[in-house]
Amino acid sequence: METNNSGRRGFLKGALAASAATMVAAPGESAAQAAAKVPASASGPSSRTVAAETMGSHSAHDDELTGHVHNPGSDFMVDVFKAAKIDYVAVMTASSNRGLQESIVNYGGNKAPEMIVCCHEEAAAGFAHGYAKMAGKPMACMVHANVGLQHASMAIYNAWCDRVPMMVIAGNTADATKRRPGVEWMHTAVDQAVMVRDFVKFDDAPASLQHYAESFMRARSIATTPPMEPVLIVADGELQESPIEDRQALRIPKRVDVSPPEGDARAVAQAAEMLAGAKNPVIVVDRAARSQEGVELLVKLAEALNAPVIDLHARMNFPTTHYLNQSSLRRKYIGAADVILALEVDDLWAVANTVSDTPGRPSKGLVKPDARIVSISANYLYAKSNFGDLQRYQAADLPIAADAQATLPSLIEAIAHATSAARGSVIAARKQPMQAAFAAMRAAARNSAALGWDASPISTARLCQEIWAQIRNEKWALVSQPQFESFWAHRLWDITEYQQFIGHAGGYGIGYGLPAAAGAALACKGTGRIPVNIQPDGDFLMVPSVLWTLAHHEIPLLTIMHNNRAWHQETMHLVRMSSRRERDPESWRHGTLIEAPYVDYALVAKGMGVWAEGPISDPALLGPAIGRALAVVKRGLPALLDVVTQPR
Amino acid sequence: MNFLQKTSSVLLLLIGAAATAAQADEAKQGHELFLKRGCYLCHGTVGQGGIAGPHLVPDTLPVDAFSAYVRTPAREMPPFSEKILSGAELHAIHAYLISLPKSPAADSIKLLPKPGK
Repeated sequence: METNNSGRRGFLKGALAASAATMVAAPGESAAQAAAKVPASASGPSSRTVAAETMGSHSAHDDELTGHVHNPGSDFMVDVFKAAKIDYVAVMTASSNRGLQESIVNYGGNKAPEMIVCCHEEAAAGFAHGYAKMAGKPMACMVHANVGLQHASMAIYNAWCDRVPMMVIAGNTADATKRRPGVEWMHTAVDQAVMVRDFVKFDDAPASLQHYAESFMRARSIATTPPMEPVLIVADGELQESPIEDRQALRIPKRVDVSPPEGDARAVAQAAEMLAGAKNPVIVVDRAARSQEGVELLVKLAEALNAPVIDLHARMNFPTTHYLNQSSLRRKYIGAADVILALEVDDLWAVANTVSDTPGRPSKGLVKPDARIVSISANYLYAKSNFGDLQRYQAADLPIAADAQATLPSLIEAIAHATSAARGSVIAARKQPMQAAFAAMRAAARNSAALGWDASPISTARLCQEIWAQIRNEKWALVSQPQFESFWAHRLWDITEYQQFIGHAGGYGIGYGLPAAAGAALACKGTGRIPVNIQPDGDFLMVPSVLWTLAHHEIPLLTIMHNNRAWHQETMHLVRMSSRRERDPESWRHGTLIEAPYVDYALVAKGMGVWAEGPISDPALLGPAIGRALAVVKRGLPALLDVVTQPR
Repeated sequence: MNFLQKTSSVLLLLIGAAATAAQADEAKQGHELFLKRGCYLCHGTVGQGGIAGPHLVPDTLPVDAFSAYVRTPAREMPPFSEKILSGAELHAIHAYLISLPKSPAADSIKLLPKPGK
């Protein structure tokens, strides 16, 4: 057998050499391309067959294939990306998207969209989440069939709860006869989208390229219409890799932005009448502003009423420096209110009520029985059942299904019409008390921040103020969640611009922090804005590989670890449990502390190619260290400073 | 000063020193308990407070009121019964809190500028 095989191979090699000697490549054509055109002679095997037999992978089926595709469907998919103005695609490389990934690089030139290389699909989706909030437009994330989408799902869920647009592209191979045995069956699904359908606003699995173009543009439009949400398009592998039959016949629909819905004029006039006539109106804002214009409109609205504003911080809504921002006095104002205006508030019930985390979970109302609630929200236009982002039902006295920011101009105008001279006097009389209350609130925050100022571990107030001292004269953005630091940034910093704060995770899914901060930093890149991420340690450990992505793409981001060496929220839950049950009062440590060993975050960061220092426990050393890290970021690179901190 | 007066003074000093040492020991024990029992998780390691719990210093409640609150707290703080936190332990925690040095005043901290400055 061996002799025969050798003889066969010898004959094939000779035939191949003779064949190659007679080939002439056309201008601009490689020898390999020319070779592919040469028909196999009747007397000898083709070079393909020679190669296949020599390498031991020959089959009759292989002979039927040409081996080259010069106009793959994924090139058209890149054209669709470009038409949709998708500048970035966060990618965890995967075989089910290989055609598209190759086209992005070789056909699209890896520009608009440019690939952002991630090491985990949760990071890719989190990246897109943070980017959209800072850039004000969606980017895409491209994830592997089945397993990649499963990885991405928590980050998609966060974005869904947070009303953030994102284009999710998932691979698949719908035609079962085209899947190779084994892994390709494991990594395909009859209905890929079902895994995330409860938390995307739209999904489709196009069966043709024309279908793909139309669904992609529809999806983009749906994603960016309030309430904004993630959408999913399945990019079938055969569509990606098969040749385009007729490019001239394909059409990409134009990109259109749908106007956000404005409140019904009569309802808006009714709301204005209620607000202008109120003795103690309160404005509650959650995702009310979508841009700097929204912030400015909210200031006009609040000043028209001299009404206190309670910011729930899902976005940057209202300047912390304005005397009507009285967010720390929420209970006081809500309890005294006769009219409450809620603007894009996710949890209206919790504005008016509370549930105590004590046995029996008793609830109680927080508002006066005759208080009236006006609620303007795009959430009235969209609902799904399975996941609980709807919160407990609270019937507003005047619910208006509309986008709050789009409705503000007409509401402000209607309030002006409804404000008589007498009402105007009442409204004007509120100004001085509001200014006094604001001054007292800020003074109280300063006094509270001074407590434990020199403590080690470092207090979160000290941490925030050391950062603030270094960035306050820069163009900056806080791209992390403030609740883990007791909202010190919002209580003490001058936050006046929409892009200075991007809000929270939405779905409270841990692992949001670092990817979303990195995505926001990508949107800041080249703008001169310095993104600052105060990074909790437990969240960091979910997807630390984002640091590598930051280093790889040279995305400047100042990350200051809030390293309390615990999954701290859970420590408090565990103390609650053991105390109520009168069991071992020190058992809360088990499973909640990140110790033995402590994680050396600076070392982790350095291993990912990111400049880093720490851990720092002495507050006197913190300021200079932040200065060194900031200098790195100003050079266009990421930096991480590990700071050992108080719990909250 | 006669012999009796001298002896009394020395005794008073010794008693005072012993009392101070005992207080220091109690405060040290209270510090350990404050950490091990998880008090610091809501109130901070030096009782400074935060979003999860109010500050315990300065103006720490008198020990009786402090103990009464810990046994039957209002709102979401869990109750710490005698079974998991003895009276002596509670006193030690209180001793720790009142032993803590005062934090600097906000006006003396450069990094806490008054609004608008």
